[in-house]
Amino acid sequence: MKDTSGDDLETELVSENDPKIVVNSLWKVFGQNNPHQALDEQYRNKTRDEIQQELGLIVALRNVSFNVYSGETFVVMGLSGSGKSTLVRCLIKLIEATSGEVLVDGEDVTNFNADELLQFRRSKMAMVFQNFGLLPHKNVLDNVAYGLEIKGINRERRHKEALEMLERVGLTGWGEARPRELSGGMKQRVGLARALAVEPSILLMDEPFSGLDPLIRRQMRLELVELQKGVHKTIVFITHDLDEAVTVGDRIAIMRDGEIIQMGTPQDIVMRPADDFVREFTLGVQKTKVLHAGSVASKPDVIVKDSDTIETLRSLVHGSDSAYAICVEDQGAFKGLIRRETVDGIKLSEKKPLRDYFDESVEVIPSDTILEDLLPTLIDSDHPVPVIDKRNRCIGVATRRDVLRVIASESDD
Amino acid sequence: MTNITDKISNVIFESGSSGKNSIYDRLKGFPKFLMFTIAFLSISLLIRISAVESALDFPFNIGPTLHNGIDGAIDWVVINFGWIFDIVSDFLKLCIGKLRDFLIWIPWPVFIAVVALLAWRVSTRRVAIGSTIGLLAMASVNLWDPVMVTVSILLIAVTVTIAIGIPIGIVAAKNDFADGIIRPILDAMQTMPSFVYLIPGIMLFGLGNVAAVLATFLYAVPPCIRLTNLGIRQVDPSVVEAGRSFGSTSLQLLLKVQIPMAIPTIMAGVNQTIMMALGMVVIAAMVGAGGLGIEVLRSMGQLEQGEAFIAGTAIVIMAIIIDRISHGFILQKSKV
Repeated sequence: MKDTSGDDLETELVSENDPKIVVNSLWKVFGQNNPHQALDEQYRNKTRDEIQQELGLIVALRNVSFNVYSGETFVVMGLSGSGKSTLVRCLIKLIEATSGEVLVDGEDVTNFNADELLQFRRSKMAMVFQNFGLLPHKNVLDNVAYGLEIKGINRERRHKEALEMLERVGLTGWGEARPRELSGGMKQRVGLARALAVEPSILLMDEPFSGLDPLIRRQMRLELVELQKGVHKTIVFITHDLDEAVTVGDRIAIMRDGEIIQMGTPQDIVMRPADDFVREFTLGVQKTKVLHAGSVASKPDVIVKDSDTIETLRSLVHGSDSAYAICVEDQGAFKGLIRRETVDGIKLSEKKPLRDYFDESVEVIPSDTILEDLLPTLIDSDHPVPVIDKRNRCIGVATRRDVLRVIASESDD
Repeated sequence: MTNITDKISNVIFESGSSGKNSIYDRLKGFPKFLMFTIAFLSISLLIRISAVESALDFPFNIGPTLHNGIDGAIDWVVINFGWIFDIVSDFLKLCIGKLRDFLIWIPWPVFIAVVALLAWRVSTRRVAIGSTIGLLAMASVNLWDPVMVTVSILLIAVTVTIAIGIPIGIVAAKNDFADGIIRPILDAMQTMPSFVYLIPGIMLFGLGNVAAVLATFLYAVPPCIRLTNLGIRQVDPSVVEAGRSFGSTSLQLLLKVQIPMAIPTIMAGVNQTIMMALGMVVIAAMVGAGGLGIEVLRSMGQLEQGEAFIAGTAIVIMAIIIDRISHGFILQKSKV
């Protein structure tokens, strides 16, 4: 397993929180024989197929470990049979793990007794299913209220809350309808509303959009991202589609044969795929939607500090063939940009401070802007666009060439 | 069958196939089934010729011991727990009697109007018209009272069957161990000739309507149990999983998810139960159940073919009316 660390911003964000979910060397082995055999040291280096042949056991999860932090959307991606659905079911103990621990807010889910498990499912975690799992004999409102109903909340109150949830997912007025009257997209909104209604801090989503039409699927993804901005849930999202993974995910774990083979931010996965298997997936991803300005920015040829003299600036600019220079403050905060013509036009007799010459009105781009949004700015400007981080430090400039190179490499593959 | 013989011959021949020039190698070319047939025929012939006593007649017979034991057990039950059967018997007798009196008390035009209206509400107008004609026909041949007696026995028997059958079906669906016990019993019950069910009725309750109810119950309960079991097991597992994921207890899951979703199948079982119960009407008359069945039996006994035909036809008409109405009711319930 290769854990590629995210860029500075993400690691910073993550380290501020304690992990919400900690999964520690989780194993799940299916089969009639004693499943613990497969955990034995002698099988560590064997493939899943070899173990199946020798022991008649199917290893669905193999020593899986990861953390999910509060408020993040963690995507588990893999093909069918990779163990991703088993993994998400182990988190809520719909499937009992063979070995390992799943800590949610520090409590081990795998050790819960029946009562603790009921309380846990009723308050902390809620799940959205690929096949919706709606109750056909109940109307939409009662479906949304199901989680509240089994908690014993009275009819009036649970209907009030269910109505609010329906409004939140854009199904106002559909409460009386039966699930069979709804389209796939609407059914999944009901599924989402039902999960949100119990006010869980963690949302598990098992391929929620896989059964939908491509257009609806894309729309639902974007809506989920929007919704998440309002509710700040911790989301574990399962998908087989990397395009979907990079759209919704803050971090992605890629699974194969029951193991996580790469974990990182969407940029990490796309820019530095761990192996050919992952690379195959990244081919289908639109890089302009994934990559941030920060990951394409290059170091400018000429950087000067605003305390430097005009002579320094002039010699640096003339010493290179650069068409511009970037000025930063001592701490690295972006100050402005000066073009070569302006430098040429400065008379030596003028004794104005350096900062007077810089164009401070140039547009700058935050480093987490995706390329798609960077392109219009880049097209309109006649100079490279400075890229700044959250603390206003200039981490580089984005040129048309940089962006084109990334897009071109996509078609190269 | 061939599978079993294959396996047996495999065991027979495989065991002696260690050497290269074994019998097995030489006989390899023959089809196994043929060799097996020759083998068992020649063994039979050998025993017949040599006339070995103990191989021709079975050496002992424990039949009498067994049935004496069973007789003793039943006597013991009747003597020691007779009061339970008396209570059940009195209760059922009371129910059937009151229901019969009530049904006969309803004037025939009112009864026909109610049935027609019900048929029209749960099914089509055609069924309503058909039911009306059918009931008028039965009234016109002076079979109204026997019909009402049969209906009352039927209603009580079906109610008892459903009240016991559905819970057993639920237990079988929820518990694989219970299912493993119940399933072969149901298989046996369904292979048994229906006359056999009259026996426990007479033994425990004596001749009369109550024995008929017990016989009908035994005959009609298997489909009710089977279809309830099937209906609950067939509920979409993803919906059950969703129910569990929200923290439903086992009972909540049963009452709010599994049973409501199994209703169409359970109702099909109820319909089957009603039809089977109707099938017992004539047979149950042999242990003293009143109504149409006794009409058929009596007229057949007196070689009154015409009367027997009319009474038999009345049973068929009744079956059709009840089936259509209950079927319409099920369709309505299944529309989710």
